[in-house]
Amino acid sequence: MDILGITITTGAVIATLNATIRQAIPITLGSQSGLLSERSSIVNIGIEGMMLMAAFSGYMMNSYLSGSDISTFADDNMRLGVCVLVGVLTGGLMGLFHALLCIRYKVDHIISGTVVNILAAGVTGYFYNAQTETKGKIPPLISNPWEKGDFLYNVGAVLFDKDIITYLTFVIVGFIAFALFRTVWGLRTRSIGENPRAADTLGINVYRLQYTNLFFSGALAGLAGAYLTLADVGVFERGMTAGKGFIALAVMIFGKWHPVGALMGALLFGFLTALQSQLQFFGIVVPHQLVALIPYAVTVIVLAGFVGRARPPAHVGQAYEVE
Amino acid sequence: MATIAKSGAVKGPPVPSIVTKIVNSLRDLSNTLLIPALAILTAILVGSVMILLAGRDPIAAYTGLVEGAWLEPRGLVQSLLKTSPLILSGLAVGFAFKGGLFNIGAQGQLIVGSVAAAWAGYAFSGLPSWLHIILAMGAAALAGALWGAIPGALKAYSGAHEVITTIMFNFIASRIAEWMISLGSADGKIPAGPLADPNSGAISRTKPVLDSARLPVVFEVPPPSVPNLNIGLFIAVAAAILIMLLVNRTTFGFELRMVGLNPSAAQYAGVNVKRMTISTMAIAGCLAGLAGAVQTLGINGYYEANQSLGLGFDSITVSLLASNNPIGIMFSAFMFGSMDQGTTRMQRTGVAPELILVIQALILMFIAAPQIIRWLYRVRVSGKGGQKLSTGWGQR
Repeated sequence: MDILGITITTGAVIATLNATIRQAIPITLGSQSGLLSERSSIVNIGIEGMMLMAAFSGYMMNSYLSGSDISTFADDNMRLGVCVLVGVLTGGLMGLFHALLCIRYKVDHIISGTVVNILAAGVTGYFYNAQTETKGKIPPLISNPWEKGDFLYNVGAVLFDKDIITYLTFVIVGFIAFALFRTVWGLRTRSIGENPRAADTLGINVYRLQYTNLFFSGALAGLAGAYLTLADVGVFERGMTAGKGFIALAVMIFGKWHPVGALMGALLFGFLTALQSQLQFFGIVVPHQLVALIPYAVTVIVLAGFVGRARPPAHVGQAYEVE
Repeated sequence: MATIAKSGAVKGPPVPSIVTKIVNSLRDLSNTLLIPALAILTAILVGSVMILLAGRDPIAAYTGLVEGAWLEPRGLVQSLLKTSPLILSGLAVGFAFKGGLFNIGAQGQLIVGSVAAAWAGYAFSGLPSWLHIILAMGAAALAGALWGAIPGALKAYSGAHEVITTIMFNFIASRIAEWMISLGSADGKIPAGPLADPNSGAISRTKPVLDSARLPVVFEVPPPSVPNLNIGLFIAVAAAILIMLLVNRTTFGFELRMVGLNPSAAQYAGVNVKRMTISTMAIAGCLAGLAGAVQTLGINGYYEANQSLGLGFDSITVSLLASNNPIGIMFSAFMFGSMDQGTTRMQRTGVAPELILVIQALILMFIAAPQIIRWLYRVRVSGKGGQKLSTGWGQR
């Protein structure tokens, strides 16, 4: 098919869609992480660092368990499951650390997040050893059931051959959307984001809920990190998150602090990022650096409110003092 | 003794003698320096644990750090060379803080300034040296100011939070700079970037800056060492003093601090908060742009990709360590410049340079949460507590 002189092939379309999903997963998880945190009135710009730390710990665990002297973890699924868990827990602990600084020590949320980011860049860079090896990453959950050549095969190539975290991400988004607006926990969380004083008066333990939610916020960022090193790329690189945590925050704002809206935003950003690597398949020749800046530029445009005004949780970014 | 005290009491409140004044001001000084000093000490101790964890010798590592940074003329000059851009970029962060803005964009503003200085440095030939330097520095300042003013304007008119927009502008600046110096594809389908040096071999960088635009050397290091101390350091020190005067001694500075403390009150008092936001970010960007110029015209002689990676992060810590005080920034910048220079020697003892990042993050954390330090060392200090920065996304 030719449109405006650009050749569009089925292969290129499938590749672009797959790259879109691949790019959108960590951003989606990051945006859900930011959402849980901000709905609890804590700004979390440390998502980037939490992701990086979890990507690192998950990968190092994988490398350790892949060692020849560890025989009990001969089962690949067992080994990778433990690694993902380590990544998620690392993220959760980083979330608690951020919460501790923000709640107990009343550190400005943005400074605390910056501490998390610099600390993660330092610790992972310091302990990373380029000579590590693993027995491989998470395999696809369901393989494409259709035959090659069949039209459905093309649909299957997008829907299947994905790892478990990819599917889990969509489930998580649905779950958070349900929990946030249909459960007691959700109502309480939203209330401490809007007016912690009122919530406190009604007997909600504001700090405890903030700590809990920040643990889950960190855990989600951790899952995003684990996805990078255990499912997507398969190896760790210094600074490999490359701004995904910040884009996730922008996506969260784009989605107006709603889980499903954030997912839509993440898919849009995933698509823009995917274009960069896929343009050449469409036969378009542009300096890749200029294409690479599109997602960042769009983030700015989104933030500037050209896609409609969004209202953040009223109490976000402010310390709350229990009386 | 008793009579003297009595006669003093009769004459009204005792006039503090010069000695008590000095003692008091020294006590104030030690109070303000105690927390940063203990923060640095604690961070270094935690760093030692990390060195031990990696199976290395902390004493050897830190000795290497100090030796490499200070104990020989070459190291000291290198430390000072690394200090100069850090002072300017630290000021870029600190000045914005005074106006209540968190400028994480020093990195991008610095890159834009670097590229502009490099371009002006080679594109104009036949100029007298002083004019060429002013031209190149001016180009860098202007480019940086513009790169800072855009997020400022976005904040003022649409409420887009500067933390995210400036981070995005960092990425955008670095991609544009990469494109400008890219060599193009081998088959010639993608042309080389507009500023790329075709004679650089396979290295992506701009054409070299002409000699007339290089910053004059002040102190020559005895051979065989190459880098010499140039006037960049003095430009940075002058900028710090100017910024101090601007913040503390002018109407503009007063309004700036007013907006920083309480934008609503400033608005009510008749300050144009929107305009202040834009000018604060423009001046901050201008300072970071100058940092890039000092780097390009004084040290590298061209713009090279990733030449100042991490300077932006460092400048945040530099500024916060000095409580955003312009004069204090000079000293914390010297400390960080020295740390950066010393890592090369430290690396020889088998310690990865990222250790410095960990130490910086810890220093930042202890400064922002002084209660931890007070609890650790059981000290009572009348600290000012943490900074207030978060104003939410889209509120002002």
